[in-house]
Formats: sequence, structure tokens, C-alpha cells
Amino acid sequence: MQLALSPEDQAFREEMRTFFTTVVPEEIRTKVLEGRELSKEEIAGSMKLLDDHDLAVPHWPEEWGGRGWSDLQRHLYLEEMQAAGCPVPLAFNASMIGPVLAQFASQEMKERFLPKTKSCEIWWSQGFSEPDAGSDLASLRTSAVKDGDDWVVNGQKTWTTLGQHGDWIFTLVRTDPEVKKQAGISMLLIDMTSPGLTVRPIELIDGGHEVNEVWFEDVRVPGENLVGEPGQGWTMAKFLLGNERVGVAPVGATKAALARAKRLAPERLEEPLVAARVAELENELLALELTALRVVAHSADGEPHPASSVLKLKGTELQQAVTELLVDLAGPASLASGTDEGALPDWVHRTVPTYLNYRKASIYGGSNEVQRQIIARTILGL
Amino acid sequence: MDFTYDDEQDALRDAVRGLLGKAYSDFEQRRQTCKADPGFSEQVWSQMAEMGLLGLPFSEEDGGVGAGPVEIAIVCQEIGRVIAPEPYLHAVVLAGGLVQACGTPDQRQDVLGALASGERLLAFAHDEPGSRWAPTASAVTAAQDGADPDSGGWTLTGTKEPVVQGARADQLVVSAALPDGGTGLFLVDAEAAERTGYPTYDGGRAAQVTFDGTPATPLGEPGRDLAGSIATVLDIARIMAANTAVGAMETALRTTCGYLTSRKQFGVTLNTFQALTFRAADMYVSLELATSVVSWATMVLQTGDPARVRDAAARAGLQASRAGRHVGQEAIQLHGGIGMTAEYSVGSYTAVLTALDHLLGDGDHHLADLAATVAGHGAIDPLAVG
Repeated sequence: MQLALSPEDQAFREEMRTFFTTVVPEEIRTKVLEGRELSKEEIAGSMKLLDDHDLAVPHWPEEWGGRGWSDLQRHLYLEEMQAAGCPVPLAFNASMIGPVLAQFASQEMKERFLPKTKSCEIWWSQGFSEPDAGSDLASLRTSAVKDGDDWVVNGQKTWTTLGQHGDWIFTLVRTDPEVKKQAGISMLLIDMTSPGLTVRPIELIDGGHEVNEVWFEDVRVPGENLVGEPGQGWTMAKFLLGNERVGVAPVGATKAALARAKRLAPERLEEPLVAARVAELENELLALELTALRVVAHSADGEPHPASSVLKLKGTELQQAVTELLVDLAGPASLASGTDEGALPDWVHRTVPTYLNYRKASIYGGSNEVQRQIIARTILGL
Repeated sequence: MDFTYDDEQDALRDAVRGLLGKAYSDFEQRRQTCKADPGFSEQVWSQMAEMGLLGLPFSEEDGGVGAGPVEIAIVCQEIGRVIAPEPYLHAVVLAGGLVQACGTPDQRQDVLGALASGERLLAFAHDEPGSRWAPTASAVTAAQDGADPDSGGWTLTGTKEPVVQGARADQLVVSAALPDGGTGLFLVDAEAAERTGYPTYDGGRAAQVTFDGTPATPLGEPGRDLAGSIATVLDIARIMAANTAVGAMETALRTTCGYLTSRKQFGVTLNTFQALTFRAADMYVSLELATSVVSWATMVLQTGDPARVRDAAARAGLQASRAGRHVGQEAIQLHGGIGMTAEYSVGSYTAVLTALDHLLGDGDHHLADLAATVAGHGAIDPLAVG
């Protein structure tokens, strides 16, 4: 038992802190910390900048640009990145399809896609959820039927985050309707400029356009774009959703948001109830961060740590709680969401849209009820 | 940064678990032990002394073992796991800790040696009617009126209550208001005080202890204000109480899960019902989060800086309080009626968690401390050292 980081890890942490607070432009970092929307160019440009310094995909296999860091180092990297307000590498590229391709794809496919995935020259979208396949993802119905060398895709995906920016979409499709539902699923890489593919925006309760529906009408996809073997899609989806131990909970970003809340409304901290609420949130965040550290320090090779579900569950609850706190700090001024000008403090305008937007956090990536199910079944044996 | 225990620490845990597990793995054994005075097993206490546990925190020259906070924490977790009724926290961590922190070399050797060997039981007489976990005393006052030259002429007057194991104790460490201000500590022969003992809901014993011009020996330099040292030892004990609570919560959760998978209603085991398993999952979340903060606070204690220890103790105390209530209450609820009975174990775990929660400051007490300083820092960095 030892509190201090090793000298090497301490030096690593300082190196990361220096990089994220000096090399990444302050203008973008301020936007992130203030919860403003970033453009496609800003997100992709940030990932490119990280990649120029070999910092976009440190967790990938080393031959494809990974760094061979320990889980603790990856944790420190992510924490420092979020604390500085540096946009995190696009998750669809860095955390989802990249590791799947590195694990399952042919050498040819890896060479074709991984370098551009790493640098964000390709912007990936995720084609998983469907109107009738949410938490029960294996019920998906989008079909791919072999026609000569090609696959012909028909169906509909939904909740496609930032699909309006997407160049390619990694898509779970049903290639065999005859077998057990999990066994009939495959992973196809689809060019989003393909004829028959349509992206339609979904307006959300915060007024923003973050997610989309993606429709496939007789979309022809070259046979070579199938990842691995037909029927392997479910294995890949589980690998993609469940192989992460680091960065499961957005600790650094939530800490930065809470510290910002204290800076924005210092006079409110003089009220005992507000001070107590903030202090309790800080303590819960501390507990979350320390649990994340326990997980990264103890993870067995490649196996998801069971406490990862705790991180997802509690991490999203606290993320939401801080957005809720900001609304309450803004008070009646929080109503003024439709303007950026006027007599009110600048920060109040985005409090409610952010609060509403983050209700998503306990739903996506395996809802918190799914996480409770995982804890009950796999950890507690219930 | 390392949350793992080394081989020697694992061996210590195995040894303590062997001793206490053997004594109390059958819950009925604990129940019978708690029923009879003094509310713990003198035999187990002697065995703990033989194993070196009672002298664990103290230096070798004072008759102890010179172990660190991680080792003490391991003992406390194991005590919590079987809710062993032996007064380790009170006699060793609190009373012994104060003698170690404030006593003269002679006092340390005499008192800690006798404590470590099991020959003398100490109690810390600190709480007073109306007090709420402050490191100061007011209802018991010290005077230097020259009555007894052996103790430098010091006497105590006033009432302490509740004093855990005050009736069984051989020697008391008593906090008292000093004539010139501040709070001092005194060693008092327990026989010299008027003591009325009674059982407490957690299976232990407490007492009202009254002093009436009772001769007392100042601990350390006479007349010196020791409130700062008392505060630090209370903080250390808070972290150890939280470790005890973690051990108790682990067993409460494990017992609850065992019950859910074995008890049948409507022809199926209770774990068939998601309304119950989700609540068990939430108990696990509370326990894991509390374990993280308590382990961290134990490591902060290892670094030794009193200001950081104070902060860490409040944080561990808050988290353990919240988690202890959640886990304790749900453990009973998920059991149903059987959880209400004295014969079955889980309700007693809830009782012990309640006692630990209120021993040295409950969650709201710690939260008030933390809230008072919340504007003074930005984000918390748990890895900061020094």
C-alpha cells in the first residue's frame, strides 16, 4: 500500500500535464471546459494534433501506434487531458473500431484503415442501435445479403452520434437470419457516401443535433469490407463494449466541471446547504477516482475488471449531478437558454441544455440498469 | 500508487482471520460472548495480546511491535468482518494511541507495555453529556490542589459518559478541562472512579464514570493543552473505525447475497426478483466506493502529515457513514423478518455499523467540516503528496 506515484509515473503525469496545457490551443480547451459545442474541424484537428505527438491512441497495439503504457499511465493521460479541457480523441475511432480492427481485421484491412482512423482522417460513426434493438442489441434487424461479391444492406440504425460528420460507419448487420440471433451478426464497414445511405438528424430535448438516424436502402458494400468472418459481429461488439477498464468514468472532466462551478458562483458557497452539497459531491468524486485507480492498478491482462460497472454507474450519476448543480446555481437565470448575450452571466445560458443533454449518460454504453444487472450477476452471483 | 498488500500484510490478515474467525465464525458464539460481562472474550483478548496485536501500533521500546497504519487497518477490517466485540479500537487505537502520542517515556513504557501484554485494559473517557466529537473537554475539570503528592497533586471532578468498557477497564485515559484553559489528558486508576456499567445495543459495554476530587496523573507535561494531539488521535481512530466498518459491510453484503440465493418464496429463490438484486448491486457500489476512500485515507495516514490526515479522516468518515447506513439498512430489508432477529447475524452488523458511525463523528459531522473548507480549493488531487 503506497499513496505516492512512482517517480517515473510522477514524471509521466507532469509531462502529460505540460503537453495538454501548453501544446493544445487554449481557445479549444476553454470551449470544452465551458461545455460549448465543438465543430467537426475542431474535434478532428485536436485528434490530429494528438496523433502528431503519438498521443491519440496510446492503448492500441504498438505496431499500430500504441505506446505500451501501463493502465495507470493511460489513466493519468486521460485525467490530465480532461482536466486541461483537451478534447478527447474521437471515441468511435480511438476506443471502438480501432481496437476491433487491430484485433479482428485482416492485415490488408488494418493497413487500409488504421492509420487514417488514428489521425482522424476518417471520421467513424457507430451503427449499432436500432429502433427495436437498444439494450437488447442482439435483436438487431438491419440485414446484409450476399449478392455476388457484394453485401446488400437494408435497414435502419439510430442514435448515431455525430453521424452528420461521419465518413464511414462500422455497422452490425444480420448476415444469417437462420441461426441463434447472436451468431447471425457480422460487422461491416460502410462508406457513408454510398448510394442508398441516408443520414437524418434527430432533434434532442436540449435543442441540439447530436444524434441521427441512418437509413440503408439497397446499399451495396464490397465483400472485402466485412471485418473478420461472417457471424463474428457479436464477439466484436462485446469486445468493443466490454474491453475497457481505463476511462470508463469521466472522472477528470467531472472534476473540472465541479471546480468550474465553484469558480463561477463563489458567493453561493457561503450558503451552508450549497457548500454541503458541493462537499458531498467532491467526496463522491474522490471515491470514484480512487475506485478508478484501484481498477487500473489491479487489472488482469485483457480482462475487464468487475468494478468497471461501478465506474460506469457512479461515474454517470456524478456527471449528471454536477450538471444539475450548475442549473441550481444559475437559479432563475437558467431559463435564458436561447441567447448568448444580455445582462446575465455568460455561463448560465448553457446550464439547462447541458443538464438535459447529459441525461443520456446513464443510458448509453450499457444503461445503468444493465450495469446493475452485470454487478448482480457477475460480481454478486445473484 | 499501490492498493495491494505485501506478503507480510497478507500473512498478518490470515493470522488475525484465523484467530477471530475461529472465535466468532459461529455467530451464536459472538452472541453468547456479548451476553455475559464484560461483553467480550478475555480469552480472545489474551490471544490477541500473544499475537502482538495489542501492541501493534506502539514502538518496540514501549513494548509494542512498531507496525504502521496499514497493519492496524488490517486488524480492524478483520474485527469488522466478524464484528468481534473486543475493544481494540477503544483500548489500543484510542487510549493507547493517546498514551503513545502524549505520554512521557516512563508512562509509555509502563502503560503501553501492560496494554500490549493484555494485563491491563485501557479505556478512553472522553465523551460528556452534551459533547459532540470535539477534541476538548469541559464537564470534567482538572485541578492541582495538592491533595495527592504521588500524582503531582492533580485531581479530576465531573462525569464522563458513555465510556466504552469503562466498567471493565483497569486504567482510564481521561480528558479534562485544565485550570488555565485547554484540555489535558490524565491517567486514572479505574478503581478510584465511580463507575456504573451497562450493555450497549452493539453488544458492547459502556459506563458512566464520575470523578469527585479523584487523584489523576497528567499524561505528559502537566498543564499542557493537548487538544491538538487528541484531535489527531481521534482522526487516526476515525480512519480505523472506517476500516472496521468496511469489514462489517463486506460480511453484511455477502450474507445478504447468500440469503437471496437460498431463501425461496413463491417457489423460487429471492434472487429471481430484480427489485432485490438491483438493490444488492447498489449496496456493492456503496461498499466499493467506501473501500476506495478508506484505503486511501489509510495510505494518507502512512504519510503522517496531520493536516492531510484530518482531511482524509473526514472524507473516509463521511463515505463510511453514508455507506454503512445504506448497506446496513438494506441488509435487513433484503432479508425480511429474519433480519430483525437477534439470533440471526445481519441485524447485529447493522447495529455495529450504527455504533461505529456515531463513535467519532457521523457523516453530517464530517460533511460540515468539509463544507467549511470547500471554497478553499479547486479540484481534489488524491495523489498529491506533501
